[in-house]
Amino acid sequence: MWDVEIRGMASAHAIIAASIFMATIMPAVLVEKFSVYGTHLVWLYSVAGSVAVVNIAVFWLLGISPPTKKNTLSYKLSKLFRSCVYFLLSCLFFHTVVVLYGAPLLESALETFSLAVLLSTFTTLRCLCILGPNVQAWIRVFSRDGAMSVWDTSLQITTGCSVVGAWLGAFPIPLDWDRPWQVWPISCSLGTTIGFLTGLLTAPLWIRWHRKQLTYKLK
Amino acid sequence: MRLSSSVFASFCLLIELLGIALFLRGFFPVPVKSSLSSKSKLSDLPAEPLAGNPNSTKVPPPLFKRVVIILIDALREDFIFGPNGKRFMPYTRHIVERGSSHSFIAKARPPTVTMPRIKALTTGSIPGFIDVVMNLNSPAVLEDNVIWQAKNSGKRIIFYGDDTWVRLFPKHFMEYDGTTSFFVSDYTEVDNNVTRHLDSTLKRDDWDVLILHYLGLDHIGHISGPHSSLIGPKLLEMDDVIKKIHASLISREAEGTLPNLMVLCSDHGMSETGSHGGSSEPEISTPLILISPLFQRKVGLEQPAMVEQVDLAPTLALALALPISQNSVGRLIPAVFEEASLREQLRFLHMNGHQLSSLLRDSNPNFHKEDGYEQFRMAEKTHGNWMKLYMDGNTSEVLGNMGKKLLKQYLEALQAMSAALSKQLGKYDMYSMIVGMSLILQVLVLLVLAMPEALSRAACVDVPVASAFLSLPFYLLCLLGSSIHVLVCTSAEASCYFCSLPWLLAFTAILFSSALLCSLVAMAARYVPIPGSPQPKTSSDWTLSELDILLLTGTVGHTLSLGASSFVEEEHQTWYFLLNTLCLAVFQDVCRKYFRERRRPGDDEEDDPLLPSIAEEDASQATFSPAAELGVSVGSEKWLALSTPILTLACCRLLRSLNQTGVQWAHLPDLSHWLNSGDHKVVLSLLAALSLLLIFLLVQRRCSLVSKIALALGLLGVYSYRAAVGNVLFPWQHSGRSISKGTGEARFVYIFILGILFTGVKDLLRSQVMSSAVEGRRLKSRGLWEVYSGVVLLVALLFRAHNLPTLACCLLIQTLMAQFIWKKLHYDAAQTTIMHYWFGQAFFYFQGNSNNIATVDISVGFVGLESYVEAPAVFLTAFSTYAGPLLWACHLVCYLSSERDRAALSLGHGSYCFALLRSVPAVFYVVLVTALRYHLFIWSVFSPKLLYEAMHTLVTAAVCLP
Repeated sequence: MWDVEIRGMASAHAIIAASIFMATIMPAVLVEKFSVYGTHLVWLYSVAGSVAVVNIAVFWLLGISPPTKKNTLSYKLSKLFRSCVYFLLSCLFFHTVVVLYGAPLLESALETFSLAVLLSTFTTLRCLCILGPNVQAWIRVFSRDGAMSVWDTSLQITTGCSVVGAWLGAFPIPLDWDRPWQVWPISCSLGTTIGFLTGLLTAPLWIRWHRKQLTYKLK
Repeated sequence: MRLSSSVFASFCLLIELLGIALFLRGFFPVPVKSSLSSKSKLSDLPAEPLAGNPNSTKVPPPLFKRVVIILIDALREDFIFGPNGKRFMPYTRHIVERGSSHSFIAKARPPTVTMPRIKALTTGSIPGFIDVVMNLNSPAVLEDNVIWQAKNSGKRIIFYGDDTWVRLFPKHFMEYDGTTSFFVSDYTEVDNNVTRHLDSTLKRDDWDVLILHYLGLDHIGHISGPHSSLIGPKLLEMDDVIKKIHASLISREAEGTLPNLMVLCSDHGMSETGSHGGSSEPEISTPLILISPLFQRKVGLEQPAMVEQVDLAPTLALALALPISQNSVGRLIPAVFEEASLREQLRFLHMNGHQLSSLLRDSNPNFHKEDGYEQFRMAEKTHGNWMKLYMDGNTSEVLGNMGKKLLKQYLEALQAMSAALSKQLGKYDMYSMIVGMSLILQVLVLLVLAMPEALSRAACVDVPVASAFLSLPFYLLCLLGSSIHVLVCTSAEASCYFCSLPWLLAFTAILFSSALLCSLVAMAARYVPIPGSPQPKTSSDWTLSELDILLLTGTVGHTLSLGASSFVEEEHQTWYFLLNTLCLAVFQDVCRKYFRERRRPGDDEEDDPLLPSIAEEDASQATFSPAAELGVSVGSEKWLALSTPILTLACCRLLRSLNQTGVQWAHLPDLSHWLNSGDHKVVLSLLAALSLLLIFLLVQRRCSLVSKIALALGLLGVYSYRAAVGNVLFPWQHSGRSISKGTGEARFVYIFILGILFTGVKDLLRSQVMSSAVEGRRLKSRGLWEVYSGVVLLVALLFRAHNLPTLACCLLIQTLMAQFIWKKLHYDAAQTTIMHYWFGQAFFYFQGNSNNIATVDISVGFVGLESYVEAPAVFLTAFSTYAGPLLWACHLVCYLSSERDRAALSLGHGSYCFALLRSVPAVFYVVLVTALRYHLFIWSVFSPKLLYEAMHTLVTAAVCLP
């Protein structure tokens, strides 16, 4: 059973990772004068969009989402609405944090917000997909020993990796190398993406490696 | 020898301070300076030596009318004299071989960087390392130099080229056009900017000196090295320029006037990779070609003679009939003066010798023993005799021969004196550096080895000194050290500070160092498990929370980041970043405490648990119900605790935009500019008043009544001082008041500061003799707090008006964090200390400092003083510069000693951690600077930081001592 779940997760992660690569390649074909540094926001939103779409599709197909008690349309709609609100709130939250970290307040607010959107896509959206708009469940997963399934653990790992990636990505900005990737927010968004990819890669490996130690409480 | 942790820490810091002082003394050799601060004047020139007769003080007439100096940056000597010279610089080569010229190879001194080399070329001195650091404040050359002398004697100077010159000599040039060397990738524009002026300038007659500084070659070197294909065309271009200037000078050479002189030189060479800064042979060999119709025509290529780069300054000065600049260590180039009469030649040599001998007398206490000085005295005497014969009208061959002999004697004397002078300059004193470094390395190892003991419950460190003194290796090490000392000192050719110390002191140092080494080995041996004996229970319960991981990686990461010059320049960014992360981590801890399994805001998983296996550290603390000290209910306390990190973050963000600092973004407009811009004086006044009010409210809580009143009056005094100086407005006084120095107001505040400090110290002393323990502790903490509030008041006085919010924020954060975070979340002394240290560092930069000497606010030294008095001025400047770290360190002392049952223990832990935190970057930095001493940025970036580090260690030691 373990192996099946891990294999499933690995393939899901592979698909998500592939979507990131596709999102990098596709605009190069479709958009004129596309470059990751030059037209960075295009790249950023294409990655964010494709990851969002693929995430939702994969988790919907796999049926990982928590079982719903009610199956009415209005309930589903309100759930969808709440998810959207949460996503927006998390974008604002990331935006605030990034500004507190020293991003300019007024100028290049669009870039800062785009970074916040990217971060939210990599973290909050996955939470929404796997756990649903349920704050209690989020707190449970992100407190210690709170993971109840392999998916929870993978969520912990990818989220942590993305945030740490963004954090590390900020380091080269003050250096005076005058490289194109030192422009705000390129290094941070690249760091986030690389962190996320690392998270996707490590999560199945880590879980496989530690499967003896991991004991999940029953739901 | 058992020491408590705090005594041990202060002891270590003291030794470290000594080590750093010794290192700095070796790293920054004392510059050779003439004792006279003014510049040389023509009237100071020595008279022609002439026994008996009234001396003639007439200066010999100038040899040249106009001078054109062409400085080609990074022109290596083999670009002209080597095989490539014929190909790329045909005209220059032709002049060197066949024309009327003199060519030399001028040796530059390391560091071969443009700015100090221009200084060397113009002042004739070798700029000391400390000189450059000290002069960062005012880049203009204040020393005596040829350019100033020329301007002073009415010569009109035109300059085109590198704008370093314009910064070095402001207002010296009649006409100038500076090009910035910022864009290294551009190598055509920079030179076209110079050449475009040539045609019009050469046609004109209204100048006497023309200086051209070409940067293109240097840029090509940086891009692609000395063998690139770009070098050839660039050299051809330069050759054309030389040809043009030479032709123009020859065509305008008029009959009956003095000839013109053209000097082709370079500031430094180029290494095989194209960079410069070091001391390799291609970097220090530069060509020096003097071209003038005065000189005899050459008949073939000769091997150019070696001269020093500094020799150009006295040569030019004498040839233009200017006084030689005071601190010049160069000697004139005799070939230039060959065509003058023997009497004039001797006169020139005498003037140069006189200048060198007076410099030698000023800089070296043992100048009588120097060979050169003796020789010069002898030559001077002979010169007098020769002049007597000459004036008598003796024209025999004997006189001529005697004169030639005298000439040789003078030249030898000059060489000896010049060598003696330059021996003291521009060299690292490696022996002192190594001794200092080994001392601080030992201290660091000692600190690290003592960690388990110092942080134990006993907070005592057992340093096995007694056994070390009795052991055999100790005596062997002593002998070894002494013999090395004797060996180095007797064989050293350069001056060495450690050797010039009294022998007793040096041997004490060696004795001490070897004792330290022995006890280190003994301590290390304790940790080696003895085979056979049962393994002691090692630190199995040694678990780290995420906060610990963050604190450790942050400290290590910051230390490592000092290795890159850009990170040193922008160090404030590192600290702000770490501080923000710290606040978020603390926020997470707070959330975990208050929302255990209930509610928690979204996702602040800045380093959230990636590993669920990390042990919980304070699960049992969840039920802890804190006593409401401020009279707040538990519910609102929760919200206050939650908002503290967020408020801290917001404060940090505001303060960060208050003062832009660093190098890259320092020019950007910030809030302090906006506040100081004159139109916003009302806002500034309101802000300052609010901040002072906030400061009062935050500090007065724990003071006695007397100091409360004193504090209030003191803060009022601060405001009226700022109003008197003209920074802020009094609300009831709108009419323009004359701006005074505010000495009265400042002294008024000083009285209150002294009063508060006095009450504090009195309380502290009384607490020592108090019989009841509880009462004593209460009194002690009150006394400490009063001392602290005295410090705050002094800082408030010294800070500029726009920086008062920084102080207010600092106090606010301290109060909130102490009240809701450190106490409630049970952080131990080590964690609290590291957080205090980080906050202190960040506030150092928040108040507008940077790692550049230029940001030190020197005006603070005049607060409350009528005129400049050195001791208080230095103290006040250092105090206000390090106000941030100092305030946080003081707060740490207050906070730790206010802990209920284990104040002494946590104080010991805290001071030990502080010492360790300070030592790690300092030691790392010292080692790094030694390794990078030939780095391109060693002066501009690394050395100021070194001074800051040393100063910071001093301040830390001062705090740790009580």
